Amino acid sequence: MDPKDRDNTRDADDKGRVFGSNESSSKQRLFTRRKVLIGLAALPGAAPWVRSMADSLADVPPRGPGDLLGKYSERSKYVQISRIPEAGPGMRNVDPVNAINSKAPLDKLVGIITPSDLHYERSHAGVPEIDPAKHRLLIHGMVKKPLVLTVYDLMALPSVSLIHFVECTGNGWENWKKADENLTVQNTHGLVSCTEWTGVPLRLLVDMVGVDRQSLWMLAEGGDGAGVDRSIPLTDEILNDALVAYGQNGEPIRPAHGFPIRLIMPGFEGNLNIKWLRRLKFGDRPWMTRWETDRYTQLRPDGLATQFQLRMDTNSVITSPSGMMEVRPGYKRITGLAWSGHGKIAKVEVSTDEGRTWKVAQLNQPVLYKAQTRFQMDWMWDGKPTKIVSRSTDEKGNIQPDRKSFIARVGTNALFHYNAQQTWSIDSNGKVHNALS
Amino acid sequence: MARFTTLCRNTAALAALFACTLAVAAPPNYGVGHPATPEDIKLWNIDVRPDGAGLPEGKGTVDRGKTVYNTNCLGCHGLNGQGGIKDRLVGGQGSLATDKPVKTIGSFWPYATTLFDYIHRAMPYTSPGSLSIDDTYAVEAYLLNLNGILPDGATLDKASLLRIKMPNRDGFVPEPEFVHVTNSR
Repeated sequence: MDPKDRDNTRDADDKGRVFGSNESSSKQRLFTRRKVLIGLAALPGAAPWVRSMADSLADVPPRGPGDLLGKYSERSKYVQISRIPEAGPGMRNVDPVNAINSKAPLDKLVGIITPSDLHYERSHAGVPEIDPAKHRLLIHGMVKKPLVLTVYDLMALPSVSLIHFVECTGNGWENWKKADENLTVQNTHGLVSCTEWTGVPLRLLVDMVGVDRQSLWMLAEGGDGAGVDRSIPLTDEILNDALVAYGQNGEPIRPAHGFPIRLIMPGFEGNLNIKWLRRLKFGDRPWMTRWETDRYTQLRPDGLATQFQLRMDTNSVITSPSGMMEVRPGYKRITGLAWSGHGKIAKVEVSTDEGRTWKVAQLNQPVLYKAQTRFQMDWMWDGKPTKIVSRSTDEKGNIQPDRKSFIARVGTNALFHYNAQQTWSIDSNGKVHNALS
Repeated sequence: MARFTTLCRNTAALAALFACTLAVAAPPNYGVGHPATPEDIKLWNIDVRPDGAGLPEGKGTVDRGKTVYNTNCLGCHGLNGQGGIKDRLVGGQGSLATDKPVKTIGSFWPYATTLFDYIHRAMPYTSPGSLSIDDTYAVEAYLLNLNGILPDGATLDKASLLRIKMPNRDGFVPEPEFVHVTNSR
């Protein structure tokens, strides 16, 4: 590659990744880049900061004394990054009053950890303001010693910290029936996030209260207005993995994510990770709550509904380049996230020719059990229209299905548990759009 | 000899006890929390199972339910359980296998008992738990009546609620993985 090309490719890379430009064309950009402070509007889906250009080092502002050291370190004022509150599928840009979820900006995140304030949220009766001093966890039912614990009691117990993804069962629901070409990856896949959770292993609490061995189900109930409650099967896997968590990314869990305590159910439906947890009741059969019958069941083409499909299947999505970004011919780093409720991600393959041929992408360390895994791959785009797509394989051998076979199996009315491969189309101008396949 | 036998027996018993302790290490006494009293549990033990376990005593009529509904529910769920800004509650029967399935109480909800649970725990949205037990039975009676499941003038109580078989009672197919839950505890 000669130096001239290298300059071009760097610019192409920057276009999608570093700058949030509102310029209308690459030609215009080439001829107007002199000490231009571009407006605040960033291209949707582009990187989080506003573009201000310095052509030569002489244009870079001089150094000088900075701001005072404060109690908190705020994000740079140049960084534009936020969640998007949305209503149901296809109902975007809604008044926050009507929002039922808020999606994480996957296109602007790097690595595998989601900052707590950008972690996706699905709440069913708003975010309760809970005084931890007045919060209690009641553990009862088929137990020898029913117990009431305070948050401080839980924090006094042996704890673990684990990095896990949490994913809303509805993630991907925009693309069940059709693909709106104007969606970003935040719109299509922003209901998954990954953070470090700290708390008490469920098994420790089970032993502490002496759960009856005949008890094979546990009801977990939240302290929100809806009292969201789910039946949890007490398999060895769940007994080994589940936590009653009070910490997220090194600090108390934020209110939107369940302050002061929530259940963490690694690899299982987000809705099972009961936020604002206040009751665990042990029993011998599921309760068939609203959230496991009327909601979070998957309607099949024959009109019956799949129930207790609790595990989140293997999934992946290319986050760059992704919907509404622009790429230029030359080098482009393809990167994205993969995750599976079955365990670790074993492999991610990427196709840059509409699924005809596949190459194994690099998995960035760390690759963790039931956590998001970052993948990347070098790509030279030749400027011709194409489609790019990723597919993940987990350590249990589960392969993320292509859309056609996925829909053939489950139909288009399931609403939840969409994990088909995500395709992004790229037109001759380098514009990236959401596509079904 | 008798003494020897007793000694042996005691040793065997001790050994068994020791082995047992090794196999299932009892958790240490962490000294946290306090025992939940029956009064504590009664305050929060609101769940109702499909078989009716947990249903409180009380009753309500379809007519009373209409008044309760129009006062507390109509704003979100619309007149007669349709056309509101939130979930549609009435109709949709026969639509589940079509391209536009309509999930409502009448078309989709599998148990009349767990419907009581949900209304009681979560509704009305702005003040969950504010309906009396009798009014909860009443508003459920009204909603079942709107869906053609209860006749006009009917009264709903614990016993009659248990007798109702919802239209979509057999409409759910559990994942095989969780049909027979086992663990090694």
